[in-house]
Amino acid sequence: MKRVAIVGYAQHPILKNAGALNEVELIMPVVHQLFNDLGISQKDIDFTCSGSCDYLQGAAFAFVEGLSAIQTNPPIKESHVEMDAAWAMYESMLKIQMGDAETALIYGFGKSSPGDLDAIISLQMDPYYISPLWPDRVSLAALQARVLLDQNVITSEQMLASVIEARANSKNNKNALITDLIDESDYLKNAMVSSPLNQLDCPPISDGSSAMIIASEEKAYEFTDHPIWIEGIDHRIESSNLGSRNLATSKTLQASMDQLNLKNIKFDVAELHTQFSHELPFLKSLLNLQDVPTNLSGGPLVGNVMMCAGLDAIGKTYESLKNNQFTHGLAHATSGPCLQHNMLVHLEAQK
Amino acid sequence: MSAEDIPKDYSESPINLEYFYTAGSATTRFLNQVKEGNIVGQGCPKCKAVYVPPRGSCPRCGVATDIEVPLTDKGCIESFTVVHIPIPGNPIVPPYVCAMIRLDGANISFLHLIQDVDIENIRIGMRIQAVWKPKEEWTHSLENIKWFAPIDEPDVDVATLRFHES
Repeated sequence: MKRVAIVGYAQHPILKNAGALNEVELIMPVVHQLFNDLGISQKDIDFTCSGSCDYLQGAAFAFVEGLSAIQTNPPIKESHVEMDAAWAMYESMLKIQMGDAETALIYGFGKSSPGDLDAIISLQMDPYYISPLWPDRVSLAALQARVLLDQNVITSEQMLASVIEARANSKNNKNALITDLIDESDYLKNAMVSSPLNQLDCPPISDGSSAMIIASEEKAYEFTDHPIWIEGIDHRIESSNLGSRNLATSKTLQASMDQLNLKNIKFDVAELHTQFSHELPFLKSLLNLQDVPTNLSGGPLVGNVMMCAGLDAIGKTYESLKNNQFTHGLAHATSGPCLQHNMLVHLEAQK
Repeated sequence: MSAEDIPKDYSESPINLEYFYTAGSATTRFLNQVKEGNIVGQGCPKCKAVYVPPRGSCPRCGVATDIEVPLTDKGCIESFTVVHIPIPGNPIVPPYVCAMIRLDGANISFLHLIQDVDIENIRIGMRIQAVWKPKEEWTHSLENIKWFAPIDEPDVDVATLRFHES
């Protein structure tokens, strides 16, 4: 395996409603900021890969328009994933491993405000048996939350703690959308959206974009003195048939942990793509992170840009390692209902 | 076998999604001008290419097109096609002509109709000008222009219109 490092990351302030700003106008500032921070241009990038979802924009091939945000003349090598941009990073990793590129720009973008997110996310389900029933994302998450509570994998106190901590941690995140603090009585006052999840257990509707640059060992030090190395990356998916999954655990996440040999690593920090309050205690216990500071950025509960929040978990872990004397960080990205598809990224600062 | 016993070999699953669409801040500036009967393109601060209608960025350079460039409603036909096939819901009766219109001073063209001329006389490079709807019908749309019609000016060699980076 070639060593690959993250050398830069930028995030647009997360907005409740970007209003007149279109996707291109959201992407351009973060890509420019990243280039300016590193003193480079598109000419220094061998491969560009984006992550977005055309259903969010409601237009076929909308991701192609996103390319107008970056310099494409002289012609560039580029690709796109109809997924969270964390998977665009994964594709970029492969591109570098194959020897087709030494450097890659990754960007993700999404506006959830223009459409009905519940209906849109419903369309990612199996199109024959589940999508026609239009299950909304909160109800699906609630299904898993109920299983976890009933089987005593997590407690409702832990869910409350996730919500309160996320808001307290938002002070570390200049781009957070939700920053107001709450206490238990505020939490209990909120009406149920889908039992056992109330409004505060769910992530806010968010608009935004993020960008990241990764580079091979040869190139990384040309860009920065402090690259953060991608020591391991693995992603696995479970069945699209909810009835055949055990929602109280995740065999695929355990397989990823084994593959990455995480058992004996003492993590200093972790950022998990946990969109609903019950997912944080569930994953912390699955990933043995009980004593590890997790989601110091506040995580998706204080800003959840669709197709970006997974890349943001990786980006926030990168920032934590870069800005502190930390050595090991774990980032997690997810896709699909009830944590169906998960990616783990082990990041390491140079000792 | 009763009707209920016959196995169904398909089912319909209609999808209807509604969006609150926004054109983008740059295109909004353009459409506000179109409502007033003005065509204002946007220029790239780096390569100086002028875009109309503007989408807010120069896809060559990847930067915002923040220079407003007022344009005339005159230009030439960069390319065209004669449409013979009726499109359901389209009120225009074939045959009619769709053309790529290159306005004077712009570096890209857009699609519009050509009328007020015999189809066999339409040619690439022909000079044309917008024929506007009555002012009281103007809205935030290039449909404020009914079509483009030929004007009595010498043809343009479209090869000379190719964009050269300055």
